[in-house]
Amino acid sequence: MKYTEEHEWLDDQDGIVTVGITAHAAEQLGDIVFVELPEPGFEVTKDDEIAVIESVKAASEILAPMDGEIVEVNGAIVDEPGQVNDDPEGAAWFFKMKPADAADMDEMMDEATYKAFIA
Amino acid sequence: MGDLKRTPLFDLHLSLGGRMVGFAGWELPVQYPMGVMQEHLHAREAAGLFDVSHMGQVICRAGTAALEALMPVDVAGLAHGRQRYGLLTNDTGGVMDDLMFANRGDHFFLVVNAANAEADIAHLSAHLGDAITPVTDRALLALQGPKSEAVLSEIAPSVQDMRFMDVAVIDSVFGDLWVSRSGYTGDDGFEISVSAEAARRFAETLLADDAVAPIGLGARNSLRMEAGLPLHGHEMTPDHTPVESGLGWAISKARRAGGAREGGFPGADRVLGELATGAAKTTVGLLPEGRAPMRDETPLFTEPAGGTPVGVVTSGGFAPSLGHPISIARIDTAHAAPGTPIYADVRGKRLPATTAPLPFRQPTFKR
Repeated sequence: MKYTEEHEWLDDQDGIVTVGITAHAAEQLGDIVFVELPEPGFEVTKDDEIAVIESVKAASEILAPMDGEIVEVNGAIVDEPGQVNDDPEGAAWFFKMKPADAADMDEMMDEATYKAFIA
Repeated sequence: MGDLKRTPLFDLHLSLGGRMVGFAGWELPVQYPMGVMQEHLHAREAAGLFDVSHMGQVICRAGTAALEALMPVDVAGLAHGRQRYGLLTNDTGGVMDDLMFANRGDHFFLVVNAANAEADIAHLSAHLGDAITPVTDRALLALQGPKSEAVLSEIAPSVQDMRFMDVAVIDSVFGDLWVSRSGYTGDDGFEISVSAEAARRFAETLLADDAVAPIGLGARNSLRMEAGLPLHGHEMTPDHTPVESGLGWAISKARRAGGAREGGFPGADRVLGELATGAAKTTVGLLPEGRAPMRDETPLFTEPAGGTPVGVVTSGGFAPSLGHPISIARIDTAHAAPGTPIYADVRGKRLPATTAPLPFRQPTFKR
């Protein structure tokens, strides 16, 4: 598992990267009431705002962690946004993407580095 | 957060796991571990304890006429032991602040917004001089929700005899409690001024009751939005009149055209004119059709594309008791009738919504 400074986790399985938000991010956001996801097939550039999360308190954007193509999104969290609070690093993944350059994954933080980052 | 002021309950908030944020110059809990959603629902179903010590408490020994010269409300007609909602207007009829004022016999007790407390006290002092004394040695707590009376009457049994907007000074083991039966959630409840020294013991005694949970600023905001209650800087601003802000109801009959003491407050010509013929803008509820909240400063249109804005969201978010998003909006009066279709520009997309009457949820005051 890899992590970004935007509090996303990235799980690379054979070149398809599943992206979600970390438990730390979900806890900080509080009760999530709305999620908007990109369309599959969407080509994204790193730092594009590609998804929206709204908690009771505020709206936040999810940025594309790297260049690539969205290949699948998790409609279940659109139907039940509270899943993001219940299981942020499991069932409540946001989208899967195919990186334009697989080497981009090497620049992401590992778990120990992310834990130090949020400490 | 070094420049932020701390209330007498600061350490208690930390020990309860409050997540502290800066708000109106104060360091206050936005939520506790229960979370905004559950805190909101708990306050609706049982009782919620709010630290509102950041609000300005002021003793005013000015005469009724002097106070009426600053507000479009009936001060002279307020009986001893009663509280009323007031507005400080400026010379153009804009709302400088809203406040609660209570008749305590030989003086009035005022509670003003934290963000405006210094400006309000300066304004009041400029007009009323030595009659104005800020209260700096007392905390202010709000206990809100259907179980508040049962909880507070364990400490102060006489609160059972109070009705909505009654005030009383009640002797207790925590010293004098300055109690009003009022609040900011749309439900029955009390606001209690207690000495700073006794505030923590008082709060902990209330929290020891299973019915009571501490509630942060997040749920305070969602509760007041459901109740359609205005927040200064959002629904009210110095640039908008009470009529535009949906607060025409707060202007007392005695101060209106034909009333016993008509006009005579700052901006009276404009405000009374708007009461007679309507204002160009008004304040309404807005129900988004989808699940995306429409938050503050979202521009509103009558068309799904193009056109110029006809209004703006002044407050918006998710309504936990209703299970869907709600907004309050200031909008051109021509588009304000309940049920009018509106499009809100949310992150560059026009999303449909419909105007609705305020409040979204009917109050449950003990009248």
